[in-house]
Amino acid sequence: MKGLLFERSLPRFAASRLVASFGSGRGAGVSPLRLADLEQPALPGDDWHRVQPRLSGICGSDLATIDGRSSRYFEELVSFPFVPGHEVVGTVPDGAVAADGTALAAGARVVLEPVLGCRARGLDPLCPACAAGRTGDCEAVAFGHIRPGLQTGFCADTGGGWSSAGLVAHSTQLHPVPEGLADEDAVTVEPLACAVHAVLAAAIDDGDVVAVIGAGTLGLAVTAALAQLAARGRTAAPGALVVGARYAHQRRLATELGATTALPEDQLARAVRRRSRSLALGPPGVGSLRLAGGADVVFDCVGSADSIAQSLSIVRPRGKVVLVGMPGRTTVDLAGLWHREVTLMGAYAYGTEHPGGEAVPTFDLAFEVAAAARTGRLLSATYPLERFEEAVAHAGSAGRRGAVKIAFDLEATAPPPRSKDEDEDERTRRRRRS
Amino acid sequence: MSPRPGFVLEVDRSTPPILFWHGEGYRLERLPEGSRVVYAPEPLPSVDDPVAAVRHALLHPLGDAEPLPALLRPGMRLTICFDDISLPLPPMVAPDNRQLVIEEVLDMAAAAGVDDVRLIAALALHRRMTEEELRHALGDRVYDAFAPHGLLTQHDAEDAQDLVHLGQTELGEDVEINKRTAESDLLVYVNINLVAMDGGHKSVATGLASYRSLRHHHNPETMVHSRSFMDAPASELHSSNWRMGRLIAASGVKVFQIETTLNTNTFPPAFEFLQRREWEWSLRDRAAYLASTTALRRTPDRLKQQIFHSIKSPHALRSVQAGEVEAVHDVTTSHIWEQQGVAVAGQTDILTMGLPYICPYNVNSIMNPILVACTGLGYFFNMYRGQPLVREGGVVIMSHPTPWAFHPSHHPSYIDFFEQVLTETTDPVEMHKSFEESFATDPWYIHLYRTGHAYHGVHPFYMWYWCAHALAHLGRVIVVGGDPAAVRRLGFSPASSMDDALEMASDVVGPSPTLTHFHVPPLLLADVR
Repeated sequence: MKGLLFERSLPRFAASRLVASFGSGRGAGVSPLRLADLEQPALPGDDWHRVQPRLSGICGSDLATIDGRSSRYFEELVSFPFVPGHEVVGTVPDGAVAADGTALAAGARVVLEPVLGCRARGLDPLCPACAAGRTGDCEAVAFGHIRPGLQTGFCADTGGGWSSAGLVAHSTQLHPVPEGLADEDAVTVEPLACAVHAVLAAAIDDGDVVAVIGAGTLGLAVTAALAQLAARGRTAAPGALVVGARYAHQRRLATELGATTALPEDQLARAVRRRSRSLALGPPGVGSLRLAGGADVVFDCVGSADSIAQSLSIVRPRGKVVLVGMPGRTTVDLAGLWHREVTLMGAYAYGTEHPGGEAVPTFDLAFEVAAAARTGRLLSATYPLERFEEAVAHAGSAGRRGAVKIAFDLEATAPPPRSKDEDEDERTRRRRRS
Repeated sequence: MSPRPGFVLEVDRSTPPILFWHGEGYRLERLPEGSRVVYAPEPLPSVDDPVAAVRHALLHPLGDAEPLPALLRPGMRLTICFDDISLPLPPMVAPDNRQLVIEEVLDMAAAAGVDDVRLIAALALHRRMTEEELRHALGDRVYDAFAPHGLLTQHDAEDAQDLVHLGQTELGEDVEINKRTAESDLLVYVNINLVAMDGGHKSVATGLASYRSLRHHHNPETMVHSRSFMDAPASELHSSNWRMGRLIAASGVKVFQIETTLNTNTFPPAFEFLQRREWEWSLRDRAAYLASTTALRRTPDRLKQQIFHSIKSPHALRSVQAGEVEAVHDVTTSHIWEQQGVAVAGQTDILTMGLPYICPYNVNSIMNPILVACTGLGYFFNMYRGQPLVREGGVVIMSHPTPWAFHPSHHPSYIDFFEQVLTETTDPVEMHKSFEESFATDPWYIHLYRTGHAYHGVHPFYMWYWCAHALAHLGRVIVVGGDPAAVRRLGFSPASSMDDALEMASDVVGPSPTLTHFHVPPLLLADVR
């Protein structure tokens, strides 16, 4: 069985980092990622089950890993070699017991909740975070009877979604896919769960002006989560949801998913200013403004130095900036954060949420959002594992190529039909050649 | 030889290409045989002695007004208000009409022993003028005598302390104007009436009003029922201003109106070919056209803008009349029609127009896409009496580069209007309902209007409302040579050439349409019968 294996290799790491400096995802061929013959991972314990992936997405954190630009912070939280892939919809060939205790028949579809918390690691007592249902904050992701790995897809013992050999998952990681929800929708549930968690962590108030920076998968997922959770009374309704998106297709999708306004990133400050009716400092420019007031909450779904700086420049005093996109080492001027008493908070993963005081698994809410918003529309193209270099390159340039989410199709036996934008790329190449 | 009246040329095989303005430049277009070209009348003679003419007008007022000296007395409060930078176009060679008139008024006030005199630029919601612009309009002598002492100010429509609500008209329209002017013993208003729309009760009721007042007539409903703005009896905009003006008078505000008209001598000698009929171009005119177009092609946009905005027009004073508002304005209007009126027989399927680099709201600034729309559809389309030059369902073809560019200090709310309103709707009624108030009351725009040189936050809406009649009337609007993205944002169709535009227009008006070219500037008013 074939799978993609990510090994510890300093020369390959250096090579991919160099190539990726010319564009994210371009270095997959020289990176520590390779196509290999893999065996099904062994079941680590009684509550573990086999999962056969059907679709597995390529996440921004996967790209950062392949590009060699992940923070060294994660060094102790992963174990090599690992099979990437933590956005997974698949089946349980032998049946299983799901996180909510439901017995799943053989062949039932599941979505993976990839965090490897205390229960999955066989730890007892649970760490305080896991005991409180906040598995994303688990303090023991490097401990227990399986090797370190903050999530499936970064752990040497569990396998990952980018493998036709399958992976193994603890019962607490399995969520049955509701009848009628397509695989394309289901594969977006994991990033949606991140978005749901971020939205609920931000605790917005009715009428808040909310800004979202970036409209890749995470930005669009946050947009959908804000709109759908508010529509269901799970959270307060923003007065305005303003999305800054670099590409036209992202703006269209953001609007479809519930943004009040979606516009190019360089116009975001102006839109936030108008919605928040704030003053702006300095002479009025055409592009960016430094706001005296600003948005109540900013979701930074990019995680770069620029996006964090922009977030801090458009958030109101005592507002919140929620880092949803994974940042690395950055240099940011924090004078404004200090002066304006801004809360800069991270939002990672999921666990149990408490909308309206009711304890609800984040993934249950994410399924609600996926079904209502039909987030399968974010899946732009799928690839077989054999074309992983193209897939990673496509994911690395998704925005520019009119795409959002790229995934591996683990059931594809032959190269699938080309996606529309690939055809367009091919036509462009031909035109250039001619 | 006496000046020739306006003229409608029928294009035939021998007709040379016709000049189209194209922003900071111009182009020659060959129009189909049978097309009509409407030319402005040649400039009428100016008054021989402008100072004497002004003095005569002040001493021999129209209507039931007394001569100005009889209205002046020691101890009174006198306020002199004047039109702002939006008039005339292009700005005129010094001395400006405002300077000529105000110097005479001040001389008479001084002779009468009036000490409490204030000068106020009637900005309405326009941007504040710079010192240089004020000096040009008023002359150094007036500026230096008043400005350093805080006696020359600019109307601030957002200064609640300096506004007074005089009441409501019989139709419930709020009348709120500048407090100093309302509480003066005499308000002298000095106009430059470039077109028939200017002046009359509109001077005070609009120029010195607040948003609370202006919103009653600057809205889509009023604009669409102003057919046209140049024909006051058929203009709801003017009816509203007239109701307000009469309420102002009934409230005890004494207005002494001074209106001045100009001839159509619009361009200095180096650009004289721009106001000649093409078949009469001399060798020198052709050389000037060729040299200037060649040079402009190689000139950066910013420099082109500076060159054109430095043009001072040799407009000359054609008439000056003073006294009671309505009596004065009747005479003014007849002078304007005498200078600018051209009789045109019947409507056309396609109306073409070349849009110049300037309109009332971008003097020393950038002609942004919203102003392009307003110049073509708000102003030129409406320069008619009787019926529009183009038939209902017809097509307007405008020539302008329509750059996606804005002056950030002058037009900050325009940027947001373009990015955040026109992306949602181009329907004046819908934007009035959904967006206008939030722009009008936005604290940043208000701050920039009051302290910088920004048009008021609501101003881009007004520009779009000016287009409301044309938008409702036309089947299609095509812009030749414009930035395609900016043109589309306006809801119009971009065309790369006039031939393409005509082909696109044929989809709307059929294969053998009639075509009329509105050859301005120099300005003209079409009397369409």
